Amino acid sequence: MADRDQKEMSGAGGVNRRGVLKCMAWAGTGVLWTVSGGVPRSLGLLGAAAAAESQAGGLTFLQISDSHVGFDKPANPNALGTFQEAIAKINAMPAPPAFIVHTGDISHLSKDKEFDDADQAMKALKQPVHVIPGEHDVADADNGKLYLDRYGKGTQGKGWYTFDAAGVHFIALINVFNFAPGFKSAGLAKLGDEQLEWLEKDLHGRSVSTPIVVLAHLPLWTIYEPWGWGTEDAPRALGYLKRFGSVTVLNGHIHQIQQKVEGNVSFHTARSTAFPQPAPGSAPAPGPMKVPAEELHSVLGVRTVNYVHGKSPLAVIDTPLSA
Amino acid sequence: MILRQITARLAALGLGMALVGALPEALPAGEAAAAASPAVIRIDNFSFTPPTLVVAPGTTVTWTNADDSPHSVREKDGKFKSAALDTNDTFSQTFTAPGEYNYFCSIHPYMTAKIVVKTGAKLSSN
Repeated sequence: MADRDQKEMSGAGGVNRRGVLKCMAWAGTGVLWTVSGGVPRSLGLLGAAAAAESQAGGLTFLQISDSHVGFDKPANPNALGTFQEAIAKINAMPAPPAFIVHTGDISHLSKDKEFDDADQAMKALKQPVHVIPGEHDVADADNGKLYLDRYGKGTQGKGWYTFDAAGVHFIALINVFNFAPGFKSAGLAKLGDEQLEWLEKDLHGRSVSTPIVVLAHLPLWTIYEPWGWGTEDAPRALGYLKRFGSVTVLNGHIHQIQQKVEGNVSFHTARSTAFPQPAPGSAPAPGPMKVPAEELHSVLGVRTVNYVHGKSPLAVIDTPLSA
Repeated sequence: MILRQITARLAALGLGMALVGALPEALPAGEAAAAASPAVIRIDNFSFTPPTLVVAPGTTVTWTNADDSPHSVREKDGKFKSAALDTNDTFSQTFTAPGEYNYFCSIHPYMTAKIVVKTGAKLSSN
């Protein structure tokens, strides 16, 4: 983050016109999705900037999600295998990403062996990996102890944390510990008061020109309430984030690409490296979706995110494993 | 698939109503159809069947995950909780104190059900 920008875009007087224009230059509204390998283009939003151009320079990181190591049902008899394939593809990228984020459901059943296998696979990556848990990672009888013992070092509360890279502030939120069971509600995820207070403090006084990337396992907007695909107290978090010029929220959980833009906030859900799930409401339940074996790799994938400060909007590119 | 689920739900609903309707009296003879499979809960199609199970104190209830997705059993205040149950995994819990125990799947929290522990209930594992 350049000091010059911070001065122009923050301060007691709020954001001035020039500051707003500067923010707009990289506000996360111009998200480019290119899907190849025979998979229909999911969504092409504003900003027709070519992926090739936005990949030149700036920060590129990669998101993987929902690897479900240990899953061996017909929808994918070898989830560890497809996870390893995804990692091999990352290692073969001509321009390696700076780091990897894994947005949860590393394991299928929160078993030590599954975490061991996943860690062994991720050791092949040359970059640091930032992980957050999915609900499948905290499903042990001790309510996430195995996950936190393994991955929670140096984190706050129940595993949440931040880090900075190339002027971008990354916030790893965890919404798999505080579910509101569906006795009287839809059973949506929750961030919880403690984490929300921490988030508010973290953002307090931070320049509005700081690009923010939020990681969370379940979507921070309600995609489909009957299946619990949303986060009940996400509006409070988004309230703290809305003053920032560029906010990008990356989720997993639903094993398919969904995208939404709201003001300066863009939301993206990623594919799984393990198996697809049905579109919202298109099946009686959100269980694993079996596709013909030869099509499986076209519905799994990884995502690269490219951020070029002051030049180009943030570009999000989803690549199927078959590409 | 849909038809099967609806049928299962209707059956579960009928059972649940019969049990609830019989309270607070013990189940009349002839209506205790569930006695054929006492204290067993099946998890399938992202639901617990039956959604309400009434048992006598001291009963051990066993959940079986018959779904192709993992599920868990977790009392809403944490009084009991299973680990994640893979397909065909089971979890058992013995209920001694009378009362209502609302539980849900911590992996799919919209899945909810309850155990009613009541002196004189017909269902027991004895």
